[in-house]
Amino acid sequence: MSAAEVHMALAGRRQREGRRVVLALGGLVALVFCLVFLTLSCGRGCLAPADLMAALLGHEDAPGFIVNDLRLPRAALSLVTGLCFGLGGVAFQVMLRNPLASPDIIGISASAGAAAVFAIVILSFDGWVVSAVAVVSGLVVVVMIWALSSRRGAAGARLILIGIGVSAMLDSVTAYVLLEAPAWDRAEAMRWLTGSVNGAQMGQVWPVLGALVVFGGLLAAVSRDLDILRLGDDAAQALGVRADGTRLRVTVAAVGLVAFATSAAGPISFVAFLSGPIAARVMGPSRGLLPAAGLIGAVLVLAGDYVGQFMLPYRLPVGVVTGAVGAPFLLYLIVRTNRNGGTI
Amino acid sequence: MTFGRSSALFGLSGGVVLVLATVFLSLVIGARSVPWAEIWQGLNGQIDSIGAAAVAVRVPRTVLAVLAGAALGISGAVMQGITRNPLADPGILGVNAGAALFVVVGIAWFNISGAATFLWLGIAGAGCAAVFVYAIGSVGQGGATPLKLTLAGTATSIAASAFIIAVVLPRNDIAGNVQAWQVGGVGGARFQTILPALPFALVGLLLSLASARILNALALGEELAAGLGQNVALGRIVAAAGAIVLCGVATALCGPIGFVGLVVPHLCRLTGGIDHRVLIPMAGLGGAVLLGLADVAGRIVARPNELDVGIVTAFVGAPFFIWTVRRHRMRGL
Repeated sequence: MSAAEVHMALAGRRQREGRRVVLALGGLVALVFCLVFLTLSCGRGCLAPADLMAALLGHEDAPGFIVNDLRLPRAALSLVTGLCFGLGGVAFQVMLRNPLASPDIIGISASAGAAAVFAIVILSFDGWVVSAVAVVSGLVVVVMIWALSSRRGAAGARLILIGIGVSAMLDSVTAYVLLEAPAWDRAEAMRWLTGSVNGAQMGQVWPVLGALVVFGGLLAAVSRDLDILRLGDDAAQALGVRADGTRLRVTVAAVGLVAFATSAAGPISFVAFLSGPIAARVMGPSRGLLPAAGLIGAVLVLAGDYVGQFMLPYRLPVGVVTGAVGAPFLLYLIVRTNRNGGTI
Repeated sequence: MTFGRSSALFGLSGGVVLVLATVFLSLVIGARSVPWAEIWQGLNGQIDSIGAAAVAVRVPRTVLAVLAGAALGISGAVMQGITRNPLADPGILGVNAGAALFVVVGIAWFNISGAATFLWLGIAGAGCAAVFVYAIGSVGQGGATPLKLTLAGTATSIAASAFIIAVVLPRNDIAGNVQAWQVGGVGGARFQTILPALPFALVGLLLSLASARILNALALGEELAAGLGQNVALGRIVAAAGAIVLCGVATALCGPIGFVGLVVPHLCRLTGGIDHRVLIPMAGLGGAVLLGLADVAGRIVARPNELDVGIVTAFVGAPFFIWTVRRHRMRGL
């Protein structure tokens, strides 16, 4: 094969790959859009698309309360938290080159949840301050896990095990604070134990959306370096990527995303953990893993919430549904990784 | 092995003294301060004053804490011996969660009540979860490494708690009971519920003690144990049955309590050597002390409220877990 032919073949492959990325991402966006539409139009009863549009546009005779006050905040909160969890999760998984190193397994979601509960119940904060407390505590826990696990050999396994220990401890903090809460509200408790978008309000959506823009943007800015980091520290160094700096920025971005989402909807079980590996299957070896994982996170939360609300004999919070789906997947991943030692 | 008979005896008698001290503290200290005279009255069954009545309630509670602590400590020691895994613990391996799931399903779907049925359900659930987690954790090369077992246990716990929530949430009538039971508490102890558990606990204790020699041989490695003439498979089954019965009983009585089975055997190994014939009884005494003290601490730190014992043990145990992970070289996935 001549040099020109090689060049042509490579260019063709790149083009096919690009088309595949666009196709896959487009399909995911369409799926998210369908789920949002489903959440808005179908609840106990279904609305015709025309009524839905009329309600969204604020016409007098449309069912505005159901759509604008009940379903829209719920769909919006599911969408933004799903995107945040998906992006934050895959950032950690790629950075640590291990699908098990997701924020909900190594204790970051647990720390954000415990901090948020503490700030709300004990210190009676609300709004942005709660999210800020959750972010700070998430960062503190990351640094702690990092410091505890950095020693000779097999740091990955130790990091995950230490993360599991930390999250057991933080979960008991959450359980304790909830027992101390003056008005024991079970719906509220469910939010902090498994994650839920019940009773969502637009006021909860804006901080998460802000976090998505700020930290998602930061993540997008370092995504090329993060891709290169997958080759290993030495290779990345040789290609001119500063490994430690990239890791710091990715960590801040991912913790910010996860902590803001957690302080709004609770630690929705396993969404951060599931999104990355599923995105990797959908996208194959091509680029676009980060946005795909974010979209899959949104799909998981929207679909899980819809299933939990309307397709089971009882209404269940979204975290129970995703937990029931995610735990078998974790087991499957353990079995599979044992066989071929693969990473995400 | 490395320690002589006299030092083992010393360790065991020290353990007994500590258990007695724990019992004393647990009877005397509570959310309410009670003068000595009333404590004495309460212990004699005269519940004329509020203080004496409070002390009378502390008696079954103390018995339960000591019993459950001993069961969890022994079960942890045996599990660590069978799996040769320093992180084995009924809570971390998901065995408690399995027992809890079975008990909750029994309450919610089959209207089961009565302490004896809870015990059977707890033991059955613990058994299923243990077999499942071990099977998942030992797939593939390298056998059951600490990381694989821990992850399989974590996944099983999360799945079990998702199902527990799904079962309990629609049932307002039982939700309060299950919630209180699930955090892990000895607060509501009564002798009527403790007595039926005693035969089960005794069976578990005997099975565990009977497997001590095989666990000693297993510590040298599986091939060597077989070479020494031990029936490894049978020994493992006996030992596992003992551990499962004990942990199922403890969970049925006071809900899933984590980390006692992890912390206690390590501490006992530091003080009493590694011979399982000594380690198992020591772990029983140590578990009784740890859970008893955790219960006392829970009554003091959050006065006038009480902190459930499961929360206290998680607070003490999780840092210990991390310390253990740091101390050992972990094989990766």
